[in-house]
Amino acid sequence: MSDKRMTEDEVVAELRSGMTIGIGGWGSRRKPMSLVRAVLRSELRDLTVVSYGGPDVGLLLAAGKVKHLVYGFVSLDSIPLEPHFRAARESGAVTVSEWDEGMLQWGLYAAASRLSFLPLRSGLGSDVISVNPDLRTVTSPYSDGTEYLAVPALHLDAALVHLNRADASGNGQYLGPDAYFDDLYCAAAENAYVSCERIVPTAELTAAGPVQSLLVRRSDVRGVVEAPNGAHFTTCEPDYGRDEAFQRDYAQAAGDAERWAAFVDRYLSGDEGAYQAAVAEFATQSLETVR
Amino acid sequence: MSVQEELRPEVDAATVSRAEVCIAACADAWRGDGEILASPMLTVPTIAARTARATFEPDLLLSDGESRLYTGTWAIGETPPPDRVEGYVPFRTIFDIMWSGKRHVMMSPSQIDRFGNANISALGDFARPTRQLLGVRGAPGNTANHATSYWVPRHSPRVFVERVDMVAGVGYDRAAAVGGDVARDLDIRRVITNLAVLDFGGPDSTARLVSVHPGVTVEEVVEATGFTLDAPAEVPQSRLPSAEELQIIREVVDPRGLREKEVRA
Repeated sequence: MSDKRMTEDEVVAELRSGMTIGIGGWGSRRKPMSLVRAVLRSELRDLTVVSYGGPDVGLLLAAGKVKHLVYGFVSLDSIPLEPHFRAARESGAVTVSEWDEGMLQWGLYAAASRLSFLPLRSGLGSDVISVNPDLRTVTSPYSDGTEYLAVPALHLDAALVHLNRADASGNGQYLGPDAYFDDLYCAAAENAYVSCERIVPTAELTAAGPVQSLLVRRSDVRGVVEAPNGAHFTTCEPDYGRDEAFQRDYAQAAGDAERWAAFVDRYLSGDEGAYQAAVAEFATQSLETVR
Repeated sequence: MSVQEELRPEVDAATVSRAEVCIAACADAWRGDGEILASPMLTVPTIAARTARATFEPDLLLSDGESRLYTGTWAIGETPPPDRVEGYVPFRTIFDIMWSGKRHVMMSPSQIDRFGNANISALGDFARPTRQLLGVRGAPGNTANHATSYWVPRHSPRVFVERVDMVAGVGYDRAAAVGGDVARDLDIRRVITNLAVLDFGGPDSTARLVSVHPGVTVEEVVEATGFTLDAPAEVPQSRLPSAEELQIIREVVDPRGLREKEVRA
């Protein structure tokens, strides 16, 4: 089995401006944030981003990396509205395909299954059809003649996902409450990159969790990045929960240009090591405030 | 009145809050649903779904909002013990259940019109909204596939509008226009607000006033509604929660009184 270990910056070096990139996780849960931060540091631009969106989308929008966004929602979960997403939509800074949540899964599954579309009932009758005039319906060829929405395949140039464990060849494992759709993102992508809390020997994978927790197969993965605390500030259960204090700080800063500039300066102006050091410092300060 | 009902302890109406009336009305939305997944959003519907299962609708399935189905009754903000887990429902399975039809969701729209078209997505022109909200989320799929009810904590003409800016949840006129499965299966059970209960039993499946909460007049509801509301000559009062329901609401599900923060009388 080949060794696919890479750094975040090596992953980003394989990406190109204008690409369609799918980002795993859900809202503010198990997002590949260290890979997103690496994209923020890069020269990439004009990306099409596909996501059950959270701060991944917010940060990429704030940095002007996104040309087009495909999503069912963008939320921080405990804070319902993502401030950068709101700002980008309200200023018209980004074009969007706002889909029903189930449509996103179906589009990824169609791409992963090498189908051009999959039929679905969801979306019919709603304004999802009117605001996405490229969508088409399809009529059942059987005697029922039912009309369905034909959800087009969402082909990804690259997928970025974050899991709890992986081995060096890209077998990825989730240990938390939900796989989300990370395996579909990987299967729908030309190249998938898995970051994880810890790279372990293959033999240790089934010691950490049941065989069903092995979500992503190495045949769908091009690169593996060891990224401890890499999902910060989103959840990565059971390794850690969401950093709610930090997320509040992020959301508050996002609402004000001056405070956002200070946030970027403090957390996003250096590499991943500098970010994690600044986060540790934030945690110490919060603890002192509590005392 | 049956013997059993006569034996029930009396509920003193003066001690029942508006939020508790709303909870009873929300609970009634799931009455008769049987063995399906009840998916409440926000606090009052969550209390209501747990109260419904603890009393008159014992076969409902309830999740922690994350990925587990639990038996029993537990408090808002608490996680039940692991031995009460009865099923695994990650988001992908929620879609499976949605598409199977065995689910009844209660969402909270930012706008809703008289046909039940509901907006949780964005206000203003969609291309460049004056206010971006959540996005359509699962609302198109929910309404096209299974029963949907709505909870409106603050009944106002800004919520009950002539036309919603973006149809996320499908209403009866849209469903009729598209026909087929959606027209057949669209099932908007009721809209519960801080003032009243509505359903879509009006002419051409339009909004109709079903009951007003104690202390609320029909005129108040009509005035707080931005479209012409079908109001029968006689509009009954919404029921009070039973003594058993009140005990479950106050002592088991919401001992911290979070319900009172979501509802203003």
